[in-house]
Amino acid sequence: MIPELGQISLILALILATLLATIPMYGAWKNNERLMALAPSLVIGHFVFALMAYLVLTVAFINHDFTVTYVAMNSNLLLPFAYRLSAVWGGHEGSLLLWILMLAGWMLAVLMFSRALPTVYRTRVLAVMGIVSIGFLLFTLLTSNPFDRILPGPPDGQDMNPLLQDPGMIFHPPLLYMGYVGFAVAFGFAIAGLLGGKVERDWVRWSRPWTLIAWAFLTAGITLGSWWAYYELGWGGWWFWDPVENASFIPWLIGTALIHSQAVTEKRGAFPAWTVLLAIAAFSMSLLGTFLVRSGVLTSVHAFANDPERGLFILGFMTVITGGALLLYALRAPRIMAGEGFDFVSRETALMLNNMFFAVSAGMVLLGTLYPLVSDFMGWAQVSVGPPYFSAMFILLMTPVVMLIPFGPMSRWRKDEITRIAKPLAISAVVAIVLGFAIAAYLGAWSARAITGWIGGLWLIFGTFSYVRTALKGRRRGLPRHQIGMIMAHAGIGVFVIGVAMVSSSTLQRDVRVEPGQTVEIEGYRFELLEVVPVKGQNWIADEARFKVFRGDRELFDMAPQKRRYHRGGQVMTQVALRPGFTRDLYIAMGERLNDDNAWSIRIHIKPFVRWIWGGALLLALGGLVSASDRRYWRESRAQARKPAQHAGQAGDEVPA
Amino acid sequence: MIRMLVPLGVFIALVIMLVAGLDTAEQRQLVASPLIDKPVPEFELPGLYEPTVQRSNDDFIGQPWILNVWGSWCWACRVEHPFVERLGREAGIPLVGFNWKDERDDALEWIARYGDAWTTHVVDFEGRSAIDFGVYGAPETFLIDHRGIVRHKHIGPIDQTIFNDLMRRIMELRSEAEAS
Repeated sequence: MIPELGQISLILALILATLLATIPMYGAWKNNERLMALAPSLVIGHFVFALMAYLVLTVAFINHDFTVTYVAMNSNLLLPFAYRLSAVWGGHEGSLLLWILMLAGWMLAVLMFSRALPTVYRTRVLAVMGIVSIGFLLFTLLTSNPFDRILPGPPDGQDMNPLLQDPGMIFHPPLLYMGYVGFAVAFGFAIAGLLGGKVERDWVRWSRPWTLIAWAFLTAGITLGSWWAYYELGWGGWWFWDPVENASFIPWLIGTALIHSQAVTEKRGAFPAWTVLLAIAAFSMSLLGTFLVRSGVLTSVHAFANDPERGLFILGFMTVITGGALLLYALRAPRIMAGEGFDFVSRETALMLNNMFFAVSAGMVLLGTLYPLVSDFMGWAQVSVGPPYFSAMFILLMTPVVMLIPFGPMSRWRKDEITRIAKPLAISAVVAIVLGFAIAAYLGAWSARAITGWIGGLWLIFGTFSYVRTALKGRRRGLPRHQIGMIMAHAGIGVFVIGVAMVSSSTLQRDVRVEPGQTVEIEGYRFELLEVVPVKGQNWIADEARFKVFRGDRELFDMAPQKRRYHRGGQVMTQVALRPGFTRDLYIAMGERLNDDNAWSIRIHIKPFVRWIWGGALLLALGGLVSASDRRYWRESRAQARKPAQHAGQAGDEVPA
Repeated sequence: MIRMLVPLGVFIALVIMLVAGLDTAEQRQLVASPLIDKPVPEFELPGLYEPTVQRSNDDFIGQPWILNVWGSWCWACRVEHPFVERLGREAGIPLVGFNWKDERDDALEWIARYGDAWTTHVVDFEGRSAIDFGVYGAPETFLIDHRGIVRHKHIGPIDQTIFNDLMRRIMELRSEAEAS
């Protein structure tokens, strides 16, 4: 396929998006069924052309078409097939194309799975998403065209960044973008609600599963990125507070607040305006993240080819989208229904606290990330904040969250008694404290951090599960899926907290000089270096150190860290050898060859419970997906469409969130 | 109504700041340090491998030298590292690694992993001297002449262009030192 076809497809997609954003939108305004009926075919066509453009670029990569500048910049003849597929989104232009494809995909999904929505409403959602798509298509076509040619093409291309030549990196960007772009759905629902002039519980319920799915993808994407950094970059670190990591973390924090405030608004009708605002903010922060990564405003490793002009475009786009949304909000919010009242001790209060802490955290991370800009702007002393700021601030803000999480599900809507909630949780608290100390003692991890980590983590896990007992009381069938998902997610945070506390408090590491034949002993493990041999991969050569690991006299397994040199870029990369385990990871990284004969500097880590960090985060993501799959969201909305009767929440009943 | 406009106001303020930030993105790479053409701030800092040894600005007087601010937590430092290594090899003058807001263990680990590009190290864990230097954010590179005067400062990672520019300036400083 010739690359120009991709270019034409993009232009056609832009035309369709423009039509979608105008004609059916007008139809929804005038309540003209015929005009609104155009929306489905426009959405499908938009998706088809976005897909086509994407496939054309993929084919160019597969066929090594180096006359396409983008291919020449990001691929070469030696690049393995799988990485040629993932190289499509390895650079700025292609990753934008992936954004567009995903946005088109989400629109298609809304079209297919939200048949039950009132036509006017669904049309508005799709048209708003169409507006978003126009922005990204224009951005791609005007400033970052992936189909630009260089003629004649070079005989071979540049190397793809070897850091990115890794299975983790194949999936990290798509998952992350799924999350980013997915917030466009929540955004579309919120704006459609405002346009309709009403913010009702109905649309909040309809948008909940979409928000949950987007949030789950974002969680998974961030997790994968962190895991990748751990084994590919790291000296064992798993989070660096890099501006670009923060750019993905801010939408996550706001998304977390959003899924909780949606629960309140749907169930009780409280804080409707706040929910709308969060939906706008979550997507706006995704846009801001894109801006930060691609404009060169902040220095970061992730930075794509920096270009202030691109930055200006995204900023202008963001101004239109977010500014327009907030203006609409200001005009319509006074007409938003008023929330129902609640007592101080109630689930509303619990969720409000959740929202406060997450929103403030998002604000703090945003402030820390933009601080170099802020201080520049204000003419203050030029300082920058490093990880110390983020860590301190985060421990401060998240400790109350960890303490409060189990109270949320336990409490009733509207009005509750503190004694009723506290009684079952008191047992969990005592068990968590006793067990926390016991486990820390057993592991010999006598530091304040490890002990509080265990207590906090166990408190979350037990506190969450004690809710299962309460919830099952008087219920014949099992728990509904959205509750199972919630329990998984909350327990997942417990697992995560334990992992973080153990890694930060009890990591062991040893830097040693080893010659073949020598052994190193750490914590009962014996590492014997057998030999260092040259090995060869498809596009790299490496020195490989072959270790045998023993525990006592028992031989456990082999480990083989490498020091790779990639052919094209000549870049040297350390490939660590990892032996993952439930309670600890063994981690060997090769350093330099030492001057004398055959000795190498080797670093060995024993990282306790490091898997729990990602395990917990994956539980979070899975929990989100399980929740989203609850039939309630999908079936009830259908029933709702047939019979749009208002159902008033009965006061004080224990409606699950 | 007024209350509802607050989010919009906050957003507009943010956009203005970002636009301004975009304008100065270039400048932030070459912020005119008030230290240029002033003497190096006095410091007394421990070494990296040998925490008991104290190094001060007097140790470097008499020849031009380079001060490179870095930290193991700083991603961009990893990016510029190949060029820092080249500076160490090709500049022919001391290249002092200024380890900033770091943990000693992390720093040593980082060096073992990516190689020690510097000829000498100083450690500023609390960032106290870094304030005197007006350190803006790692990585930063200062050029100091043989009389101990700061002559140039680069903010941000070193790339090929910056490297060439730095090498040219270094050669000038060296010939100045030889002439005096």
